[in-house]
Amino acid sequence: MTRPSGQRVSPPGSQASELPVAEIQDLAISVAGRQVVTRVDLDIAAGEAVGLVGESGSGKSVTCRSLIGLLDFIGATVTAGQVWIAGRDMTSASQREWQALRGRTVSLVPQASLAGLDPLIQVGAQLREVVRRHDRGTDVSARTLELLDQVQMPDPQRVLRAYPHELSGGMRQRAMIALAIAGRPALLIADEATTALDATIQRSILKLLSSLRTDLGMALLLVSHDLAVIRSATDQVAVMYAGTIVERAASRELFVHPRHPYTAGLAAADPALVPRGKPLRSMVGDPPQPGAWAPGCRFAPRCVYQRPVCEQALPPLIDQGGHAVACVRAAEISL
Amino acid sequence: MIPAAQPAADHSVLLAAYDVSLGYHGVTVVRGVSLQVRPGEAVGVAGESGSGKSTLARALAGDLAPMHGSVLVNGRVWPKVRRSDPERRSVQMIFQDPYSALNPRMTARQALSETLHVVRGLSRRDAADEAGGMLTRVGLSGAAIDARPGRLSGGQRQRVVIARAIACEPDVLIADEPTSSLDVSIQAQILDLLIDLRTERGLALVLVTHDLAVLGHMTDTCLVMQAGRVVEEGPTEQILAHPQHSYTRALVGAHLGVSAAGSGPPPAQNEHGEA
Repeated sequence: MTRPSGQRVSPPGSQASELPVAEIQDLAISVAGRQVVTRVDLDIAAGEAVGLVGESGSGKSVTCRSLIGLLDFIGATVTAGQVWIAGRDMTSASQREWQALRGRTVSLVPQASLAGLDPLIQVGAQLREVVRRHDRGTDVSARTLELLDQVQMPDPQRVLRAYPHELSGGMRQRAMIALAIAGRPALLIADEATTALDATIQRSILKLLSSLRTDLGMALLLVSHDLAVIRSATDQVAVMYAGTIVERAASRELFVHPRHPYTAGLAAADPALVPRGKPLRSMVGDPPQPGAWAPGCRFAPRCVYQRPVCEQALPPLIDQGGHAVACVRAAEISL
Repeated sequence: MIPAAQPAADHSVLLAAYDVSLGYHGVTVVRGVSLQVRPGEAVGVAGESGSGKSTLARALAGDLAPMHGSVLVNGRVWPKVRRSDPERRSVQMIFQDPYSALNPRMTARQALSETLHVVRGLSRRDAADEAGGMLTRVGLSGAAIDARPGRLSGGQRQRVVIARAIACEPDVLIADEPTSSLDVSIQAQILDLLIDLRTERGLALVLVTHDLAVLGHMTDTCLVMQAGRVVEEGPTEQILAHPQHSYTRALVGAHLGVSAAGSGPPPAQNEHGEA
């Protein structure tokens, strides 16, 4: 941790010495002609841990994919806005241009599953292939062992000879992380990387990601639907709802003093955040389907503070002292 | 709390397991578990994947015969309970994936009407009316009542499944990870619904979950399972606040909620701290 959380190293447009590793400006993404992400702004400074939280269909995975050039593969296209990676505008970059960055500048750890590794190839061979690709001329075996050591893999010699199905879920996820950091990325995106794991394993993988971030000086974008996971491992959090960011603040601030009714609703509905003995307060209704959004504020149909003014326009995300909220009534309601 | 031997009929116990061992194809996955469920009580079964909690739930529901020991419903062992006996209806079970529990070709109202007609003996017409009322009660509205499962959200499907279980007028509801596949805001709705139904109907609940936060919110007492055995049991509040067994301590330590961790700084601030 090189600087206090809650501050940006380089606000957009300033003459900062250090460029953000990733920056998204006013991004809109469509899949098959249907808009799934609207007006998203996000920037990630070097070494920073940013959380992206939201429910199914909120657009968080699509937003992630825009940062690593994987939109094409799900038929998604950027219809407005810009994506910058390490100071380069990658908005309309080709796959060849992305290939130069992928794994080296930006890397991705997907949700824990068997699908991330080739079931027919020993884990060691898969690691060595990636090491060879990133470090031409290096001692491949030594680097492979170094990676396994960095992800604190138990019994590395056995793991190298093992096939993916012979490893536990937690070990497979460590192997996936080793693959992801092989190219020494400046930004590691962990998209629901701990979701399918048991609690004790989840905790150890989160600790591993946090310590790798410090040791290797990486920025971390941690994407999860789980508020407790996000809160435990990030400096900054952006909350997505129905394809937009509704609130962004320091992690310690956000869940204690939420300013958007949706964030407050999430915190009040999460058994992990509500102290035992206090009742859960559930929000009414379901999140809308992507693209089938209410005019104006997309949370308005479920919001207890809703007024006619909310339906007039999509509220902009307004930053006040590092805590940004997209709610026209934020100043007048007390949550 | 748990007697070692099987007592004479204790009428205050709705559902009981005595020294139950369970397995599949000769492989034992649950060993020597005992538990009792009394009217209106909420009992939690916690543990990680593979600990045997779902297998135990199936045996409690009469869906899996024990290799050793017995499961009693209203004092009768499951194999002696016939389809027409009231005990058959008095224990109902819901699962993590409500989609697989619903006929894709039947609307919510049809699915529930069928149960009301077959189990409660209502006429088709009365069953359809009653089904509408019950679906409204569990929070399904308007078009969703006459929609097929494919058009319903995960939360709505779980509501249909809960309504169908409740239609049998059970004394005990066994819920196996009922909210694990749902988003946070929907999870709270379903948990609140289960709490309301407990209060309204005096329903006892056996809740199987890996989520200690859910366990803490929903249950009075609980068992913690590891590798097929109960490693700790007692009042949920006490177990979460002062876990005794090393495994329970590890679980509670890994739990990221406020309840266990207090309101201190997030663990990211001290990566090398105690897990």
